[in-house]
Amino acid sequence: MFGYVTRRVLSAIPIALIAVTACFFILRLAPGGPFDGERALPPTTLANLRAHYNLDLPLIQQYFIYVWRLLQGDFGPSMVYNDFTVAEMLWIGLPFTLMLGFSAFIIGTIVGLVAGALSAVNQNKWPDYVLVLLVMIGLVVPNFLMAAIMQLVFGVYLDWFPAGGWQAGSIPHLVLPITVLVLPHAGRTARLMRGSMIEVLGTNYVRTAKSKGLGQRLILARHAIKPALLPVVSYLGPGLSYLLTGSLVVEQVFALPGIGKYFISAALNRDYGLVLGTTILYMFIILAVNLLVDIIYAWLDPKVRYS
Amino acid sequence: MKTVLSVEDMSVTFALHQSEVHAVREMNFSLSEGETLAVVGESGSGKSQAFLAIMGLLAKNGQAGGRAMMGDINLIGMAPRQLDTHRGKDIAMIFQDPMTSLNPTLKVKTQLSEVLVKHRGFDQRKATMAAVEMLERVGIPEPVKRANAYPHELSGGMRQRVMIAMALLCQPKILIADEPTTALDVTVQAQMLDLFKTLTDDFGTSLVLITHDLGVVAGVADRMMVMYGGRAVEKGTVDDLFYDPRHPYTLGLLHSTPHIAHRTARLDPIQGLPPSLEHLPKGCSFNPRCAFAFDRCLAERPPLADTGNGREKACFYEGPMAYGKVA
Amino acid sequence: MAGITGKDAVLTEYAQRLETLDAPKGRSLTQDAVRRLARNKAAVVSIFVVVFIILFAFVGPYFLPWTYDKIDWTGIRKPPNFEAGHFVGTDQNGRDMLARIMQGTQMSLIVAGVATLVSVCIGIIYGAVAGYFGGKVDAVMMRFVDIMYALPYILFVIILVVMFGRNPVLLFVGIGCLEWLTMARIVRGQTLSIKEREFVEAAKAGGAKPWTIITRHIVPNLTGPVVIYSTLTIPEIILTESFLSYLGLGVQEPQTSLGTLISFGSPVAETLPWMLIGPAVVLVSLLLALTYIGDGLRDALDPKDR
Repeated sequence: MFGYVTRRVLSAIPIALIAVTACFFILRLAPGGPFDGERALPPTTLANLRAHYNLDLPLIQQYFIYVWRLLQGDFGPSMVYNDFTVAEMLWIGLPFTLMLGFSAFIIGTIVGLVAGALSAVNQNKWPDYVLVLLVMIGLVVPNFLMAAIMQLVFGVYLDWFPAGGWQAGSIPHLVLPITVLVLPHAGRTARLMRGSMIEVLGTNYVRTAKSKGLGQRLILARHAIKPALLPVVSYLGPGLSYLLTGSLVVEQVFALPGIGKYFISAALNRDYGLVLGTTILYMFIILAVNLLVDIIYAWLDPKVRYS
Repeated sequence: MKTVLSVEDMSVTFALHQSEVHAVREMNFSLSEGETLAVVGESGSGKSQAFLAIMGLLAKNGQAGGRAMMGDINLIGMAPRQLDTHRGKDIAMIFQDPMTSLNPTLKVKTQLSEVLVKHRGFDQRKATMAAVEMLERVGIPEPVKRANAYPHELSGGMRQRVMIAMALLCQPKILIADEPTTALDVTVQAQMLDLFKTLTDDFGTSLVLITHDLGVVAGVADRMMVMYGGRAVEKGTVDDLFYDPRHPYTLGLLHSTPHIAHRTARLDPIQGLPPSLEHLPKGCSFNPRCAFAFDRCLAERPPLADTGNGREKACFYEGPMAYGKVA
Repeated sequence: MAGITGKDAVLTEYAQRLETLDAPKGRSLTQDAVRRLARNKAAVVSIFVVVFIILFAFVGPYFLPWTYDKIDWTGIRKPPNFEAGHFVGTDQNGRDMLARIMQGTQMSLIVAGVATLVSVCIGIIYGAVAGYFGGKVDAVMMRFVDIMYALPYILFVIILVVMFGRNPVLLFVGIGCLEWLTMARIVRGQTLSIKEREFVEAAKAGGAKPWTIITRHIVPNLTGPVVIYSTLTIPEIILTESFLSYLGLGVQEPQTSLGTLISFGSPVAETLPWMLIGPAVVLVSLLLALTYIGDGLRDALDPKDR
């Protein structure tokens, strides 16, 4: 197991490097730059600015400078917000995004797993129908629409929760954003869990367990859950990607101070440094979670551990 | 001898979209203590479903009727919770495919010891020790090492031995083995049958051996029951049925089995296909494939009737039978 | 061997009966699947819903008195008014909402169609090449897919769209580039098994080049999984497109799409609810119907008890 974990960690490093490289070059090769504003800047100013941000150096040299600084935790300067470095801005937004994203991720995963398992055990009975319907809603109502509906219904009409904004430590402010993020994630997880649980409940080894007289509770807890989790766990990596993508919208709609908000505005302003920094940060988070998911997978499936 | 299981008028039906399929009808038999009963038939003859029904393991759309009395309790229609106090303890089952019948995510010892924890109230340590002991008993070398292995680390034969060990842990009164050797290599098959014989003798367990392979029957069973189209068509001791089959289907089965000692003998397979349970022929189910069928067989279904000497058959034909040589 | 009662006659009759009875088994897989799909009520209703929405989007505009970009100066921010021909009201610029919803639906459907096509093409070629060549090529190509899977690729599309300007063509291609990964995996798996089949061996023995084998022998045999997967992809793409449009990265005014309409409708939903309800209902019913069709297709072609 230890060897497996080490191998996975080591293999994540080149992936991270490839990802950084890809982002860097895609951004730099695209036409348009941060200084192509409405008003043309005088050539000398422009040259100074470009020199200041190393944009006058050959691309490959810029790349190495960037990677070198990145290794030291320096994401470089923001090209639009002059008073901040990218790292500073990310440090302000990151804790919030992580808190929002992971709360939703954990709640959504748990809710999804439980709902899916319940649905499977009660297949084609009313709890199953109700859950399948709820899952469908979570799946087909896009998060931006769900956000608008939640805001309107619970924020404005019923006035149960604040419709937006953020005060440090205020849980009511988080209820609606987290709900919006949880619904689709829980829906997808529940759908997968339902399918895989139904499949597992029909396997020969569950039949064997029944023939041993173990009783439903023990069969579910010991024999069915672990193998049923396998396909669900391998979805969690991409699932987190979806969820963080959703948090871009949610942070925007509910006016929350995460890095998602920076990302959109930075992309619109062509702020290379900030876009690159945000993308890389998102990527690192996702890679880290994928690593964790791989390890959980190996724990669940003994065959993976030894291969 | 004491009867451990007595099945009376049992039936199994499956509800399909619009129709119903009767997989087993009017099944009657009894199993004595320590005896080995072979249940023989082609696939689709209802032999497996009958015993899955007794174990309460039918698919969701399946419904069992009649009675299966183990002592004075009826296993058919029993609530699952109550059934669980007997399954694995008094009556155990081994399945055809050892590759998929063990849980791939649990260690062998966990899958074994849980039976003892559940039914005998052993603590985990004691249960594990008993499990290892049982593994040794079923002929698994290095039982401690195997107990700590996952199923995918064991060979097919080894896994089937684990299944046997698991079924025998609580020394059940009845062991049902559903095609236990079909998925195994021939050499392993023989070892496995030997093991069955030794173990059931040692524990005094009654064995039901479900198989389509008469070679398997010959070596182990005391009595046999031949099934066709969801019904028993002939019953008797193995010797009687092998040397003096009275039902044309039994005869056909015997002639379909290659025999290594008589290599020159021509095989006479039964013509045609097993019937679809949804559309059984009128009269005797076997009539379309029967060389001896006459008018009555097409109109009327022969009941399973006692023919003396503890034998029963369901056939109207009373004349001599020489398969393949009937004019 | 005649048997006592003329068994041959009985057997012949039985065989004939078997033939008629077993006819369903002889039917092709496709016919079987269609039959199962037709029995799935949710899928059948969904097909009608999708057809209706397509007609609504492409034929509907011809029956309206207003076009999507025509401004009615007398009817700005007005609720539904049948006399003026604004059946679901007007927006802040006095444009007819129903016409805009139709145009937006059209745009979403076109984007979905084109992007699905792009993703299917990339996925098939990539997967077939990886599966066909196998070995190191396969390992490297699939490792790349794994890496892409792990990345938040919508961020890439956002970057692309922003950097290259808001060009609808790029939007199609960008979204198509997002969705090919799963297709590639499925196709690769299928290719691995198909390439072991006799007709591929025969083609190889006949000296056919790899490209010919892939395009002539392997790809045509992938139809089933490709169809199911494409159906499952379409709602994903509609969702992605509406997401980008919602963020303001999608199609440009006066053109519109369902996502754009919702993004304009939601801030004013309290006062002008008709601006949100219409596009929301169309988008959700479209996604719902497509999801049910996808599920139905999957169950029909792979009949497991789900």
